[in-house]
Amino acid sequence: MIEVKGLTKYYGELAAIHDLDFAIDRGEVIGFLGLNGAGKTTALKILGCVLLPTAGAVTVDGIDIASDPHAVRRRIGFLPDTPPLYNDMTVGRYLRFAAELRGVSSSEADKAVTEAEEKTATREVHDKPIFSLSHGYRQRVGVAQALVHKPKLLILDEPTSGLDPVQIVEMRETIRALRGEHTVLLSSHILSEISQTCDRLLVIQRGEIVAQGSEQDLATRLGGGGTIEVEVAAPAARAIEVVRTVTGIGACSVMREGEGVARLELQGSPDLRPKVVRALVQNGIDVLRVDRGAARLESIFLKLTKDKEQLQ
Amino acid sequence: MSATLLIARRELGAYFRSMTGYVIAGLVLLIDGLLFNAFVLSAGEMYSADVLANFFYISFGTTVIASVFISMRLLAEERQTGTLVLLTSSPVHDWEIVIGKYLSAVVFLAIVTLATVYIPALILVNGKVSFGHLVAGYLGLLLTGSATVAIGVFGSALARTQVLAAIISGVITVSILIAHLLSRVADRPLKDLFMALALYARHFPPFQSGQIHLRDVVYYVAVTYVALFAAVRVMESRRWK
Repeated sequence: MIEVKGLTKYYGELAAIHDLDFAIDRGEVIGFLGLNGAGKTTALKILGCVLLPTAGAVTVDGIDIASDPHAVRRRIGFLPDTPPLYNDMTVGRYLRFAAELRGVSSSEADKAVTEAEEKTATREVHDKPIFSLSHGYRQRVGVAQALVHKPKLLILDEPTSGLDPVQIVEMRETIRALRGEHTVLLSSHILSEISQTCDRLLVIQRGEIVAQGSEQDLATRLGGGGTIEVEVAAPAARAIEVVRTVTGIGACSVMREGEGVARLELQGSPDLRPKVVRALVQNGIDVLRVDRGAARLESIFLKLTKDKEQLQ
Repeated sequence: MSATLLIARRELGAYFRSMTGYVIAGLVLLIDGLLFNAFVLSAGEMYSADVLANFFYISFGTTVIASVFISMRLLAEERQTGTLVLLTSSPVHDWEIVIGKYLSAVVFLAIVTLATVYIPALILVNGKVSFGHLVAGYLGLLLTGSATVAIGVFGSALARTQVLAAIISGVITVSILIAHLLSRVADRPLKDLFMALALYARHFPPFQSGQIHLRDVVYYVAVTYVALFAAVRVMESRRWK
């Protein structure tokens, strides 16, 4: 669906992105993960045919964005970091305008608008002026304008930015519902968003991709098979003694201990959780909680970006 | 509907959906009426043709000033609020965006300008007005408006804020408005060049007195073309930034 080779963008002397290479298959939901200023927005603007690259090639559906940008734009729906909404228009009129602008015929436009509103749960604000909408609705109308012409590829730059927890969940569901019909490329620096919504992650740091793969891939690669977090009602030393007997568990560390409760981090695949619990219980230790541990994205991300900085 | 017309229709609607459009229209009509009362009606007895010529003289000034305010928001506001991305990420050429914006502003200005027709109608009630004079005068105003709106679109394409857009287009407009003053202190061929460039002194008085010269029409069309061409180039260069 998308193939990016050697993509580079300079702003004067500064390389916002440098030599990016990646490919995205049809129907995938891909997360672009990076800190602010890492180059996510620049890369997405180039893919959205808003910005021209300094060097490199991008093809969407086999079409080069430099040689036929209009053909690519027809296949793309782009939501920038600030939704491009005309405050003076009603949602319905605005979406109709966006649809017709992307080549939807006048007779088809109303149907396209209705479908986009249904997909993004914005049907109830169809007749409301955009200036009167809440931030959550504005963001969803932003997504609706990106998909109103039924593009194959949706590019969403920080779609959950500034949303409250309830709105984040709604937006996550909206994006999940788009899976299959559209290939989705979304960016975020809110790490949990990426991990819960995407099939695969591209981690970008200082304009370069430092890692790519699923959350589990990255965790396995960086955490030596992942980690497990356990909370037990026993002294930490005794619990560690027991869990070490489980094959596959490596180093153990105490995260917190006090009031008869200890929280441990165990190096080992999260698949070993049943064995760990069984071993603890058989040795008379009550297990209060067990979870995938530091294999969480925050740790992966911090490790990736830190390693890269240390290398530099 | 073509992208140009779609954009023009949306922009024209935006003038009527916002207070700005009504404020500009109201001010133009108010100032035209006040100046007409102050400088024309109180000037004693005059031929109807001279009264009409003076009305077009006054309207020239209000048209030029209104153009700057009407056009300053066109691209700068979209850049400021981030809505320009909707257009630049759509399968639309930069020239279609620029022409669409320009058309909306010209049509809005034309509506406001034509709303002043009650003043010539008042002259007609009390005197005699030639239809040809009326057509020539309004054609001159529309051509002037077209040129100054195009300069405004260029200023708006360059600037990041509306205020800056108004300043840029205001400076350019005033520069060519007073070009004839430079021709007084310059030698040939610059003298002729400055005179030929003058927005009012060389090209508007014929329209004002009811004459249509191809030379003057070509001048205003050329200014419009050059300004819009420059605006398109600015838009294209922004794709690199």
